Amino acid sequence: MGAPASTRCCIETLTAHTTLQSGMSDTPVDTDEVEHIAQLARIDLDEDERELFAEQFGDILSSFEALDDVPEVEREPELTNVMRPDEIAESFDREDALANAPETEDDQFKGPNVS
Amino acid sequence: MSYNGYITETRIDGSDDGPLAGRSIAVKDNISTEGVPTTCGSAMLESYVPPFDATVVERLKQAGATIPGKTNMDEFGMGTTTETSAFGATENPVAQGHVPGGSSGGSAAVVAAGDADMALGTDTGGSVRCPAAFCGVVGLKPTYGLVSRYGLVAYANSLEQIGPIAPSVEEAAELLDVIAGPDERDATTRDATEHGETAYAAAADGDVDGMDIGIPTELVEGADKAVREQFWRAIDELEAEGASYHEVSLPSVEHAVEAYYVIAMSEASSNLARFDGVRYGVSGGYDGNWNETFATAREEGFGPEVKRRVLLGTYALSAGYHDKYYKKAQDARAWVKQDFDEALEEADVLASPTMPVPPFERGESLDDPLKMYLADANTTPVNLANLPAISVPAGETDDGLPVGMQFVGPAFGETDIIRAGSAL
Repeated sequence: MGAPASTRCCIETLTAHTTLQSGMSDTPVDTDEVEHIAQLARIDLDEDERELFAEQFGDILSSFEALDDVPEVEREPELTNVMRPDEIAESFDREDALANAPETEDDQFKGPNVS
Repeated sequence: MSYNGYITETRIDGSDDGPLAGRSIAVKDNISTEGVPTTCGSAMLESYVPPFDATVVERLKQAGATIPGKTNMDEFGMGTTTETSAFGATENPVAQGHVPGGSSGGSAAVVAAGDADMALGTDTGGSVRCPAAFCGVVGLKPTYGLVSRYGLVAYANSLEQIGPIAPSVEEAAELLDVIAGPDERDATTRDATEHGETAYAAAADGDVDGMDIGIPTELVEGADKAVREQFWRAIDELEAEGASYHEVSLPSVEHAVEAYYVIAMSEASSNLARFDGVRYGVSGGYDGNWNETFATAREEGFGPEVKRRVLLGTYALSAGYHDKYYKKAQDARAWVKQDFDEALEEADVLASPTMPVPPFERGESLDDPLKMYLADANTTPVNLANLPAISVPAGETDDGLPVGMQFVGPAFGETDIIRAGSAL
């Protein structure tokens, strides 16, 4: 792909800068692992996608390894819950709330059969 | 030239009078508009029609604005080029053959082309500022909590804000005056009047006499030579108007891109779970095991960049990896925030190039997602730190490509960055 020389120069600078090395893959990811994640995420993938993602995830996850250099930082103080009593307010009627559902039955969302 | 700036062209009329009467404000297609399709640039939501207006849309209408359409965007806001939209890429109207930046590329393009007076975009890691820089217009990312996100289809809630895009700083500030302010429907909104000056348009007075500008060296050194030249020329201009500058070091920002992507992808993997073909999205009418049915609908409805981010986010949150990626990214976020807070104790605003590179050529970064992510080096730290930032035009490269200058201010210090930006 025809990246202009100027852009290439910059990305290399950025790369060195963030301790990334393009093409480096300390975290190899294979297609079985991609398939496992895809199942957790409920997204089917075809064979080409599995192979492409395995290659790209190796590079991307390697770049995330740089986070290991982050020092411990004192985080903000503990958050506290703010409570209030429930109040009944105006809301959608069923028809509006279901208007975008792909399928409905008896004023309810209709999902696939439980097999 | 058709640059494909809108996904839906329409005409939503506002009230008869108000501060935006007679003006057209385009709205990014991940912001809900009652009765008008809101696709998020995704095939998944091709036929989704919200039954309600986002708070910002309500406020535009009350202010008398006309909405001429819903603008093109990277799918669910995931991209830096507006090439991942299911409705085709947007082209840069001021730099032919180049991308308009993203993810709010349609919003910046319609403003740059003069097809809308102003526009709303959303900025999760730079998605208002990047396209503003690439299209030669102004874009402002508000402090987290200044503008209501009610009705914004969530990508990464802890990072994103809706922000104005306009031809000038003053117009962007006028639009911010209309959309800013607390909203009982978004519990993360805050009352900015308790934190400082809130007359935004009035702050566009160009008066930088005595202003102290901090320049984070890490955000300048990594930029292209042509970008750096325009950046320093703009700093000279501000100095001539009475501002002074000093260099500061923010070591944490070298980890910002990784931290940003881990957090954004993790939040996305959770937020996009609702698109399952039952509650929203394409169903395909499959029967059988629920999980398999969802997985089929999601394969068909999502494009490659969305799949990539949802999968990586799922991975980062999965058993055994949470501490390694997500927890570390939260540490980096706290570090970035601390670095910015310290630098802003010694300066009124911080300045850097908005993008380290001029606009990419079309198609250039699509095959290399990591390269696209790295281009967000200067914008993502600001979202991690919850701070306000503005991108204003700062000249062009020798090839005539727009360069943007970014000013970052303290939390709820929008008037500081508006004042600095209006001096250029």
